[in-house]
Amino acid sequence: MLFPAPRFSNVAKSHRVVVTGAGIITAFGAGWKVNAAGFRSGRTAFRPVTLFDVSRQRCKIAAEVDLPDNLPPNRLSCGDLRRLQRAARLLLWAGHEAWSQCGWTGEDPVPLVLGTTSGEMCHGQDYLRQALRTPRCFKHQASRVTHYLVQQQGINLANALGLHGEVVNISNACASGANAIGHAWEMVRAGRSERVLTGGYDALCHLTFAGFDTLQVLAATPCRPFDAGRNGLTLGEGAAVLALEDSVSAQKRGAEILGEIIGYGATTDTHHLTQPQPEGIAALAAMRAACASAGVVPEQIDYVNAHGTATPQNDASETAAIQSWAGARAATLPVSSTKAGVGHLLGAAGAVEAVASLMALRGQWLPPETSLESPDPLCRFQIVRQPVDAKLNTALSNSFGFGGANASLIFRRWP
Amino acid sequence: MSRVFVRGLGAVSPAGWGVPALRDILDKERPLPVQSLARPGWDKSLPVRAVPPPPVRPSFLAHPRLRRASPMTHYAVGAALEALGQDVELIRSGAQKLGIVACTLTGGISYSRRFYEEALQNPATASPMIFPETVFNSSASHLAAYLDSSSVNYTLVGDAGTFLQGLAVAAGWLESGFVGACLVIGAEEPDWTVSDALRLFDSRTVHASGAGALYLKSQPPSSTAVELAAISDAFAATRIPGRAEATRKMRAQLPIGSPDELLCVCERGDAVWSDWPGRVVAPREILGEAFAASAAWQCVAACDAIEHRRCSAANVSITGAGLQAIAARFVNPNFLNTQEATSP
Repeated sequence: MLFPAPRFSNVAKSHRVVVTGAGIITAFGAGWKVNAAGFRSGRTAFRPVTLFDVSRQRCKIAAEVDLPDNLPPNRLSCGDLRRLQRAARLLLWAGHEAWSQCGWTGEDPVPLVLGTTSGEMCHGQDYLRQALRTPRCFKHQASRVTHYLVQQQGINLANALGLHGEVVNISNACASGANAIGHAWEMVRAGRSERVLTGGYDALCHLTFAGFDTLQVLAATPCRPFDAGRNGLTLGEGAAVLALEDSVSAQKRGAEILGEIIGYGATTDTHHLTQPQPEGIAALAAMRAACASAGVVPEQIDYVNAHGTATPQNDASETAAIQSWAGARAATLPVSSTKAGVGHLLGAAGAVEAVASLMALRGQWLPPETSLESPDPLCRFQIVRQPVDAKLNTALSNSFGFGGANASLIFRRWP
Repeated sequence: MSRVFVRGLGAVSPAGWGVPALRDILDKERPLPVQSLARPGWDKSLPVRAVPPPPVRPSFLAHPRLRRASPMTHYAVGAALEALGQDVELIRSGAQKLGIVACTLTGGISYSRRFYEEALQNPATASPMIFPETVFNSSASHLAAYLDSSSVNYTLVGDAGTFLQGLAVAAGWLESGFVGACLVIGAEEPDWTVSDALRLFDSRTVHASGAGALYLKSQPPSSTAVELAAISDAFAATRIPGRAEATRKMRAQLPIGSPDELLCVCERGDAVWSDWPGRVVAPREILGEAFAASAAWQCVAACDAIEHRRCSAANVSITGAGLQAIAARFVNPNFLNTQEATSP
């Protein structure tokens, strides 16, 4: 039952939530190892867009994923596999890695909580193009409709892994991935689920690219978050999936624990549909709420993985929020945006940045922004510019989106 | 476990603006007339059931965030304000912390279609005013701005059953104490692309638009109470295990029903409900297919019937053309049957 939700244990207190599997695919490549190396070194992965025609767009670059020709082992039928487009394939790669790592079996229901902004928009675009150009031709249209639906990508992943359980899709713009992980965390923490598979995914598509381009928020050159000369964001694509589990369950079965999620805060910025409130009031509230749920104070946070899109307004607002939240701690607080390497992954951003934060905690290093030229003088925190080892115990990751969707997650190193 | 009570209902549907209009048309049990929607490139038109203009221009349309918003947003705000009633001022003053769960399948499809058509013609001149409205959470964002509510706000995207998942999310928030009240909305808007797509699967289906809303709190009202008693698991209705099996499992999680109970289904004739002893209503047969909004209307109809003491309890079953089978049960807590009273 979803309500009243059965409890998997009789423990009244909050459950500790650990990560026992993590899968990731970005423009750095597929898998934890290649992405950890990319984030640690501060590599950048931008190149001219090849997936669709950008000749009439202002911006012509993005962080495209070189999708492997084959898919990982899965239980999908040949017919299902033929219909998988880019977003579903990205999700499947990340989901398979997380699933393989966590060692779960599909015997018990495992809820799937995913975030995305546009699902399989490629199918939607193909549908509309054909409906407009050849309105009397219906070939492939029914299949496009079915696979365009956001829920379908989650169902594909569940079928591919042999999972059964509820599929929830949160679409809170660029905070979708973080909201999905936060919601999944709350499900385990409250004792409503023992295990949840969660994450975010989004593929580059013409509609979204054109949309951001018309808003003139895309940079012509690779993005430089928190740089004084920043001039916009660069889009990317990818997916990340996390296996969240009650710590007692994970330890009982001897699972390898990659880290712990200890806090989540979500708020809404009502200032404007696309622009953040300049002082970052709602962002500040999200960070404070995450700290409150984690039972930590800013002095205990060792690294902030910022939303850091590199648009003038977003970075200024987030800078104000971080500095208000951190207070005196800001002067020594390491902050960076991993969007400098793989771009803005929209609905996948929060999930990919969650995995990047876990990588940093696990590897004891800070992800640098090597493309930063001149730090914005308004930033009083320490922008990580060079690869560096560091002693990290906790990290906070911010995700802010259109519609004022704000989410902050806090991760802790597992001893 | 905290209890969840339905404290307000709202509906904007092809029957009109407001729950009374929905109640009246469902009582008549006759499908609403169908209108025509032009489809580019075709001589014939597509059948739709549109929301009629409101009798009086809603004052919320004057809000800066709502002037350019999509039809779906207008429907969502209309239903939400009806459900919230006088609590709107409590929320605006900050005295009531409100969570919002907005549910949809197609989102702001009319602006998405329009923007992509413009982008196909010339991406350099596509309207930057339209694109932000294409984002799935734009309606929930506009509503939060109108209410000046900065609490947690999710947009869930999926088939009709997503509305019931949204109720479960809201119940979790109330139990965790994230918010003191929660609004769950299902909303959809008209567009020829959706009518066109529906026709590919069932030519009899008429696309409809509108919104429905349930306002939830943990405290019961002073007048007749409607309590959310149960939400079943969401069973995948895909090829394996199949829709019939998913529906059977879903029903098995709810009480068997009694003659004074109401059943709100997507369509009559589902074998799994053939032995239902009480009254059955199928809002979708009368109003059309509006996905998350249809599910919301089913719930509104169920709660409205309990509130008006026309039944002691009501089950809502979502098994339509969607991807999952899921059900909810609402009760008048003063009339709990023996089975529920003794259940763990």
